[in-house]
Formats: sequence, C-alpha cells, structure tokens
Amino acid sequence: MPILSQTSVPDALPDFRNLGVVARILVIVNLAALLGAAIRAPTLGLLSDAFIEIAFVVEPVLVASLCLLWAASPWLTKFPYWIGLAVIAVGIMWLTAGAQWVRPSVMTEGLGILRGASFALLLTAFLAGYFHLRNRAFSPALAEARLQALQARIRPHFLFNTLNAVLSLIRKDPRRAEHALEDLADLYRMVMADAKNLTTLAQEIDLARQYLNLEQLRLGDRLAVEWKIDEAPRDALVPPLFLQPLVENAVYHGIEPGAERGTIEVAIRRDRDRVHVKLTNPYQPEYQHRQGNRIALANIRERLQLHFDVEAELATGQTGANYEIRMALPYRKAPPQSVPGERVAA
Amino acid sequence: MSAAAPLRVFLVDDEQPARERMKEVLGDLATELPNVVVGEAANGREGLALLSREPVDVALVDIHMPQMDGIEFARHLTTLENPPAVVFVTAHDQHAIEAFEVNAIDYLLKPVRAQRLGAALAKARSSGAIRRETLDRAAAAAGQGPRRFLSVSERGRIHLVPVAEIVYLKAELKYVTVRTPQREYLLEESLASLEQEFAAHFVRVHRSCLVARRRVRGFERGVEEDGEGAGWAVVLDGVAEKLPVSRRQWPVVKALAGALAERG
Repeated sequence: MPILSQTSVPDALPDFRNLGVVARILVIVNLAALLGAAIRAPTLGLLSDAFIEIAFVVEPVLVASLCLLWAASPWLTKFPYWIGLAVIAVGIMWLTAGAQWVRPSVMTEGLGILRGASFALLLTAFLAGYFHLRNRAFSPALAEARLQALQARIRPHFLFNTLNAVLSLIRKDPRRAEHALEDLADLYRMVMADAKNLTTLAQEIDLARQYLNLEQLRLGDRLAVEWKIDEAPRDALVPPLFLQPLVENAVYHGIEPGAERGTIEVAIRRDRDRVHVKLTNPYQPEYQHRQGNRIALANIRERLQLHFDVEAELATGQTGANYEIRMALPYRKAPPQSVPGERVAA
Repeated sequence: MSAAAPLRVFLVDDEQPARERMKEVLGDLATELPNVVVGEAANGREGLALLSREPVDVALVDIHMPQMDGIEFARHLTTLENPPAVVFVTAHDQHAIEAFEVNAIDYLLKPVRAQRLGAALAKARSSGAIRRETLDRAAAAAGQGPRRFLSVSERGRIHLVPVAEIVYLKAELKYVTVRTPQREYLLEESLASLEQEFAAHFVRVHRSCLVARRRVRGFERGVEEDGEGAGWAVVLDGVAEKLPVSRRQWPVVKALAGALAERG
C-alpha cells in the first residue's frame, strides 16, 4: 500500500510519561553501564564491582533525567522534533557534568567532566535513534491498522439493513426516518474522519450511542442497552473507533443470533489515573462460528498498544450466560476545548 | 395466472421493519402482479410451523436469522409434497450470494426495488421450487455447517427432529429410520449423504447404521446376526436396543471405545 506508507506519522519525541518508554530507557542505559563495566573489569569476578562503580555515577543522573523529562514532557512537545531533541541532549550533558562537579572525588581517575558529558551525549543520541526507528517501524503499522479499522468497521450488512429499515419508516413515520438518517450521517462522518489522533471518550460514547439507536430501529425489542457511564471521564483521550466496533460485535454476536430480548451493558468509570471499560453481551454458544470477532478485537488490541504501549489492557471472557470485554487505559485529559457537551456540532 | 387468483406470498425475516417494507413494495406491485401476503414469520422454525397451514406460492426468505437461517429453512421446505418457490433476500452476505450464483438460485438484495421483486416473483412462479440437491450444494458452498434439524413430512406438515436428539440412523429399503429416545421417524435421504454431512455427530457402526457419538455408552459381546458381525454390539444411551458392529467398522469403532475409556 504505497499511498498509505507515504502518510507516515511525523517524527516525534517519545512520550516520557509512558511506562513503556521509561522502562525501555532504564533497560538500555543500564545495559550500556553493564557493557562499560565488562570492558573495564579485568576479571569476571570484578565485574560486579566495576558495575557498581559505574552505576554510582550513572544512576543518579539517569533517575534525575527521567524525573526532569517526566516533568518537562508537555513543554517539550511544543517544540519541533529536532529542537526538542537538542534541548534534551544539552540538558542531559549539563546534568552529567554537574554531577561530576558536585562529587569529583568519586571519579578520581578515568571519567572527567568532559568525558562524562560525552558519554551521556552518545547514549542520548543512541536512545533518540532507537525511539526514532521504533516510531518509524510502527507508523506503517498504525496506518494499516487505521485502514483495517475503516474497512472492518460498520459491516455492509449493517448499512443495507439500516437503509432498509429507514425505507420502511418513510411512509408511516417520516420524522423518525429523518432522525435515523441524521444518525446514520453522523456515524459515517465520524467513521470516515481522519482517525490518526486520539479522540475523547465523550465522542466515542456518542458514536456508540448513535450506532445503537440505529440497531434498535431494526431489532426493536430484541435489543436492550444499559449505559453505566455516570462516572465516565468524558474528557479522557482514547483511540478513535475503539468502542463502536466492540458494541457492533456485541450486537452481531450477542443479539442478532437470539430470538429473545438481550441486553448489552456498557460500563465506563474512572479509577484514579485509569479508565475502565466493561462491555457485556449475551453469550450465544451456537453462533461462535460467526466470523469477525477476533479480527476486530485484535485490531483494537493492537491500536491500544500502539497508543498506550504497556499501559493499556484488554481482556475477554465468558461469565455464565454473558460474554465480557474489559479494557483499562491510562487516563489522559484532553485539552478542555475539544470535549463536547452532549453532542458535537459538526 | 388470472386476476382472480393472486400470488400467495409468505414472508420470513427476523426484522419486523424489513417485513413491513416488503409488504409495502408488494402492495405497490399489486396492480401489476396481484399478490396477497398469507403469512409471515420471524425465523425459519416459526416459518415452518406456520407454512404448512395453508398453500403458498412463493416464500421470500431472509438469510441471516436466529434459530434457523434462510437456507436451512428452504432445505426443510423441500420435504413438503408441494413446496413453494423460494426467493432469498439478503442485505449483504457474500458467501451466500456466491453460492447462489454458482447454483443459479435467484436472490434479491435489500433494499429491494419493486421492479426487481416483480421479476423475481414471476420467475419463481414459473420455475417452481428449488430442488433439494441444489440447496444442499448452495448450503455447502456458503460455508454453512450441518443442519441443526432433520425434517420429516407428516400429513402435509413438516416435523423437525433436532440432530442433537437423534440416537441412531438406520438405512431401511427406501428410507432411513431416525431414532430418538421418544420415537422413530422415516426420512427420505441417503445414509451416505447424512454420514458425510454429520460426520462430527455420528459414526458408522455397520453398513446400514450410524450412531450418535455422544450416545455411545459401551460395547457388549454376543451378537452375531449376519455374516458381517464382529461379535460386538454397541450399547446406546436412550434406547434399549443394541446394534451390531460390523467386522469392517470394528477398528474405527474400537478407537472410539478407547477414547470413551480414557474419558472415564
């Protein structure tokens, strides 16, 4: 897909508040320290001594750098990529040099101020290169995941059945038909929007709600929906189209195959810095051969991972007569102006 | 057909608005092609129960439905003495559509246009019911699993026997006897095709007999009724009779017995 790979994600600094990023920096810097120790130590037995000696210098700088990066993260993203990187490099060199100056006695021989700062610069450059490549490696995946999301989302089955249901309303209840077409237009507008960046939970809830309104039109009494979203953080940032596909799956696998009334429950709440999403639908064991469920789940899992790294979780399971999907994502606040009220004005 | 005898149409669709819409379009067609909707059902099972009450010329059948989908419904219909013609209606079901194309079965796409519906009804009326073999092939091509019921025609009504309730199937001269714990039915199908379709459910113990794998309780020595007997008989849950196992099938059945023993 050559057209897609051209629209790759622009260079950006990693998110220094992400657990995955912090963990990667910690591991790589400590591996470098171990390598340095291995070069310096004359015998294997002295390796741990050499490592401790190096760690004594490296760790305080590392921890201080990570703390500063965590604090400065929102400020740093305001700059272009290369300027942000230069600011970080200079900052870390100063930090290293400063640490040498405060405690010169530790490094009586070997590392001087200049050499320490050079090592820090080298390591920073290496880390920047690593994150840069990682970003590049994942950006086609992100683009492809978006494409898949667009293609897999909203089954044609749904579109044609909904149009058919709207046709049935036009003569008897023109007003309802109008509302239904408005919902359908909104739904497709959001589905076709550029899905590159994170969106707000409020928008995702609206999207899922409009989708369920339309399903209710054709399924009637067979579909019942319970929303438990009083404690949902409407301003939380989430990947676009992370809720609607799951709701669509719930209808497709849990409601459509059953002749009786079934309930879909959507529960969203915030617990300190985590957003918990739970989706429940009736489990229809005889219809497990219907395809598509795993593709949608895998797609959402992948996108959660791309956006939140190790901080997002997705688990599925069957509890009694119900099928359940549980997600947990880090709570990130959207800038206030982008949070809609009840509905987005187009 | 004269104006005095309108086309009798039966609707099967799980979505009520879809049935309403179909009635509207049929109404629009009425001057051109006189028709009357004689009944409607929300799924295949309900359809079969209602359909045998009065004669129907054409059934308009949705494919995706709970309890029993459209293709299985049409397959059971063929057990009737005078089955109605069937026109499938679907919103979007690529597999089924391909299967219909291959087997030259007519279908309509939702939303349905009056003109297209009129043509399909006229064609269905002249060509009559779809043959069972054609439907079987289409069902297989559409990637459908085995049927969930076997259908038996009794006094013009279709009786459905859930496959899960069947203990054994035994070939007689012209028929296959279907045995459930409650009673027996006569089925006009071949044992070989049943064996193929329900390979996961049944195992052949004898040239003329398939038994439900889940119903096998154990084996007993002692029966030797014909030349093929291996001297073993299978004991089944739900019926008192013991069925002889042929020498030829004994190795296959014995493997099943081993699996049974492992299961405890």
